[in-house]
Amino acid sequence: MEPCTSDDVVRLNRRAMLQRLGTTGVLVALWPARAWTMSEAVQQAMHQRIGTRTPQPHGMTLRLPPLAETGNSVPLTVAVDSAMTPDDHVLRIHVFVEGNPEPVAATYHLGRRAGKAVISTQMRLARSQTVLALAEMHDGSVRSVTADIVVTLGACVEES
Amino acid sequence: MIKPRVRLPSTASKGEVIEIKTLISHPMETGYRRDAQGHMIPHHIIHTFTCTYNGEQVFRADWHPAVAANPYLAFYTVATESGRLRFEWIDDTGTVYATEADITVV
Repeated sequence: MEPCTSDDVVRLNRRAMLQRLGTTGVLVALWPARAWTMSEAVQQAMHQRIGTRTPQPHGMTLRLPPLAETGNSVPLTVAVDSAMTPDDHVLRIHVFVEGNPEPVAATYHLGRRAGKAVISTQMRLARSQTVLALAEMHDGSVRSVTADIVVTLGACVEES
Repeated sequence: MIKPRVRLPSTASKGEVIEIKTLISHPMETGYRRDAQGHMIPHHIIHTFTCTYNGEQVFRADWHPAVAANPYLAFYTVATESGRLRFEWIDDTGTVYATEADITVV
């Protein structure tokens, strides 16, 4: 058998990669929207806060950088689409961090006087993870949103 | 000395949604870290932040160790009437850090 030229290697790799990408693409497409499975700790913490209500994955956004060099202070913004009127407002926003030792990061209590359901803060993330935010609406419905972040150097591991 | 800082407009029109930015210097020690001698550094965090507007609570946050050191928080409220906003941070030693700001609503 003839030795592979670097050209062949590239071509083979490219083919193999495209095939894999194709398969992954199909899998991703077939995957249900909430396929990401939460850790048990997050599920428990969620249950304590929203009971058996099922969050709907729309109507809010969670903004955080896709990549953080350190997890010590990661900017995070949660916004809920709501007119914030007496008939339509957000009661609470919860942020869950499954990759940290404690699953709950914070709860924000808003209410009808908040005016705008947007909060910005800075979080400490122990490692790469999926951050989850929930919004409890005044009518009892719950919304959810997730965002993935890669943390190069986690918080909590060293002297800051 | 821990000194909280807040920023909000000093005047607003009635019904206007105003942004409030807050910052406090605090270690927010998680209780999971060790010092140079290998001893656990005790848990020491602010667990509650509240904002009251002329005595009525308009915003509250419950914090856990995942909130970064020197907590920064920005949120909104509706300027309803002239008066005083009071901000309080309570940590697990029971210490209350507070500051106030006045707003004129026209």
